[in-house]
Amino acid sequence: MADDILRIRTPIGIDYTWSSGPGSVVYMRGLENGKLIGRRCPDCELVYFPPRNGICPRCGVLLAAEVEVGPRGTITTFCVVNVPFLGQTIKIPYVAATILLDGADIGMQHLIQECEAADVRMGMRVEPVWKDKSEWTPSLENILYYKPTGEPDADFDVYARHL
Amino acid sequence: MALHRCAVVGVGQTNHTACRGDVSIAGLVREAVDRALLDANMTLADIDAIVIGKAPDMLEGVMMPELWLTDSLAASGKPLFRVHTAGSVGGSTAIVAAQHVMSGLHKRVLTIAFEKQSDGNAMWALSVPLPFSMPVHAGAGGYFSPIVRSYIRRSGAPSHIGAMVAVKDRTNALKNPYAHLHEDHWTLEKAMESPMLWDPIRFVETCPSSDGAIALVLASEDVADKMPGKKAWVHSTAMRSEPTMFAGRNQVSPRAGEMCAEDVFRKAGITDPLKQIDAVEMYVPFSWFEPMWLENLGFAPKDQGWRFVEDGVTEMTGALPVNASGGVLSSNPIGASGMLRFGEAALQVMGKAGEHQIDGARTALGHAYGGGSQFFAMWVVGSEKN
Amino acid sequence: MRDVAIVAYIEGQNTSATTLSPVEMIVPVVHEVLKRANVQRSDIDFWCHGSCDYMTGQPFSFVSAVDALGAWPPIMESHVEMDGAWALYEAWVKIQTGEANTALVFGNGKSSAGDMNRALTLQLDPYVVAPLWPGFRSLEAMGARAAIDAGTVTERQMADVVSRSLRDAADNPNVLAYGYRDADELLDEPMTANPLRAHDCPAMADGVAAIIITTADRALEMCDRPAWIRGIDHRIDFQNLGLRDLSRSNSAALASFHAGVTKDKVDVAELHATYSHHEIILAQSMGIDRSTTRMMPSGGALVANPLMAAGLARFGQAARQIFKGNADRAVAHAAQGACLQQNIVAVLEGN
Ligand SMILES: [Zn+2]
Repeated sequence: MADDILRIRTPIGIDYTWSSGPGSVVYMRGLENGKLIGRRCPDCELVYFPPRNGICPRCGVLLAAEVEVGPRGTITTFCVVNVPFLGQTIKIPYVAATILLDGADIGMQHLIQECEAADVRMGMRVEPVWKDKSEWTPSLENILYYKPTGEPDADFDVYARHL
Repeated sequence: MALHRCAVVGVGQTNHTACRGDVSIAGLVREAVDRALLDANMTLADIDAIVIGKAPDMLEGVMMPELWLTDSLAASGKPLFRVHTAGSVGGSTAIVAAQHVMSGLHKRVLTIAFEKQSDGNAMWALSVPLPFSMPVHAGAGGYFSPIVRSYIRRSGAPSHIGAMVAVKDRTNALKNPYAHLHEDHWTLEKAMESPMLWDPIRFVETCPSSDGAIALVLASEDVADKMPGKKAWVHSTAMRSEPTMFAGRNQVSPRAGEMCAEDVFRKAGITDPLKQIDAVEMYVPFSWFEPMWLENLGFAPKDQGWRFVEDGVTEMTGALPVNASGGVLSSNPIGASGMLRFGEAALQVMGKAGEHQIDGARTALGHAYGGGSQFFAMWVVGSEKN
Repeated sequence: MRDVAIVAYIEGQNTSATTLSPVEMIVPVVHEVLKRANVQRSDIDFWCHGSCDYMTGQPFSFVSAVDALGAWPPIMESHVEMDGAWALYEAWVKIQTGEANTALVFGNGKSSAGDMNRALTLQLDPYVVAPLWPGFRSLEAMGARAAIDAGTVTERQMADVVSRSLRDAADNPNVLAYGYRDADELLDEPMTANPLRAHDCPAMADGVAAIIITTADRALEMCDRPAWIRGIDHRIDFQNLGLRDLSRSNSAALASFHAGVTKDKVDVAELHATYSHHEIILAQSMGIDRSTTRMMPSGGALVANPLMAAGLARFGQAARQIFKGNADRAVAHAAQGACLQQNIVAVLEGN
């Protein structure tokens, strides 16, 4: 009997509404239309993609000008994932990479496909593969994954300060 | 710098394990508390104030659990304070508690950190989908692995360094009866064969997920002086934070960590940390973070931290023993892990670390970090007054 | 103890449901409070933040708040999973150690993100109480019932509190409820959680509050009439309602005693009374005479209750009364937990 009452399960459910805020609207509207829109900090002049919360965390000021970035970019660093993960639909091993989009000053995370995991390199040039236009929503998931462009790798010095 | 001295006069921790199904959250906390109080030869009635830390409430599904824990801590009528600074919370909590003494406000302060991961669903609690990111990380390992890759690329470290740290910490843990993992079969060769979970991070190079708690009793100088047992005097404390991600951020060696170390050493009068620090309890949830933090903390020159590992400097018998307790790699009750580092550093200078005691340790560093390597908390403790 | 004063207070716009992200809510308030004290970010030695993950529905939600601070070069910073008033307390303790002189503290909350009546229930014993989902309002109604039955609170007193709060709120542009309604009219309203009527419950808000505190050597540079913190203390009670006399608040009484509230006359009190009966219970427990003390000139938390910021807002509103010369001695108070479980009290003085 005692064993039966040692633990109980009490499921918890609360629904939340999450506001991304006006600072990120251009970014999400951009994704909805197949464009990657970042924003420039008026103080340090660096370009953020995504413009998370519409703010430059380094300067603590609201981001200003909209800047279209990418679509191509450079893999700065990456992880080869071999762990089956809750809800994961991607076949392992797969590569989760930090990609510095052309024209952006901060990397973002995405998948690398159409390439063996073992062939992915730091400095590799990649481009996005989009979902069918009919499926686009205001989400980064409109991009299925990035794939190699075949261009020569970027020099380490070019992206070293983004690591 | 601080106006009043503070000493650790009691340390208590639970056995750390994947699931402490035999106790409630309150029971787990009391186990650590009762041991700390016994160590300090005090009871809860002697305690003036309590400072509690844990990382995110959603891991157990209890909002601000300290409100409920008041009952089991007999804290009614006392000041009870709750800190939350992500993974560094155990360290930050000990610091806030120490400041309750260093400010002259209180004479006997109990500080507690805990996590009971088995009571909730961490995967659920930590996976809230937001439109800013693709859900590609596959956990903390996926987040930190690219940073480790950057370190390897920058420093030219060979692939076996991570495995060496893992073998060292798992071997050290055999001397720590409270450690979650007691695995006596690890050799460097075997560790190198451990599967790459988040390449370049191997399975053996990752921390477990644990239930566990730790409590410290802190006392003012007049109280500590009257106590017969050994104490760990808090020589200095420091905290620094920086944003998670901003353009041009050095994620391998965050500036906040460097500044925090400079501050904690300066305030403790330490000019040559490698010489003056006898033991380090460092927050290393993935083994590669040991060489990375050795550089970040100023023990090793830039890009040379891995050579310390390779040369055995951080072994228990080395010049700078790191994580004699087995560290986070051997026990990781998230919210408590930082305070475990602080408490294990205290045990070393109190000479009470048991089998994993570093002979003659007089000055030790406790280190914790959290978030995306952005929150840092450290203290230097010594066997003598500062 | 070092002399420390509140020198600047700013609150963000309280709204019933903002579309701003938490970071976007915080940024302008931080900028404004720095401007109000006429200082730069680099003048701030220590930053401390109060917020709660279960309010936003996101683990580690406070992490992104650091983005709002311009934390570069890195800053000395901390976070409490408590109302911002306790962030002020941590900063005050830090200043007492001599390791900081000037601190910026803030609290923020987005009550509209989820069902707070439900979420707050998760504070209760997770094994035997929380699974019953009692609802937070129901717990407060039990507290009110206990006080009424004990004879320490009457329904008419509660209605008087509401009437006065709504009237004062008319002079405060940053509220969600105001109006001119007398007690009789209020008492005709139906019960929502007997003995509570809708107006006895707080107007939940999304909001931010930020305060700068500093030591004696700089206070007068930042503020013409600083609000000196002459005493500050916080205490907690058992959570289990069966272990407490809900008609009073022991922890508020203790904190009040240690903060020195009754040592002298109290000109103004800003108490974090989120339900109308709280004000009466708190005043009795804390030794505040409501007939001679100006209660909640801002309208209090009944008319705008931004969770995790509302307590710090009481400190800010009390300080404002000192800044403006309306009071020489003010009491600020914040509470959290069910039925006034945890209380922090400060005495602020102009001289
Ligand atoms: Zn900037």
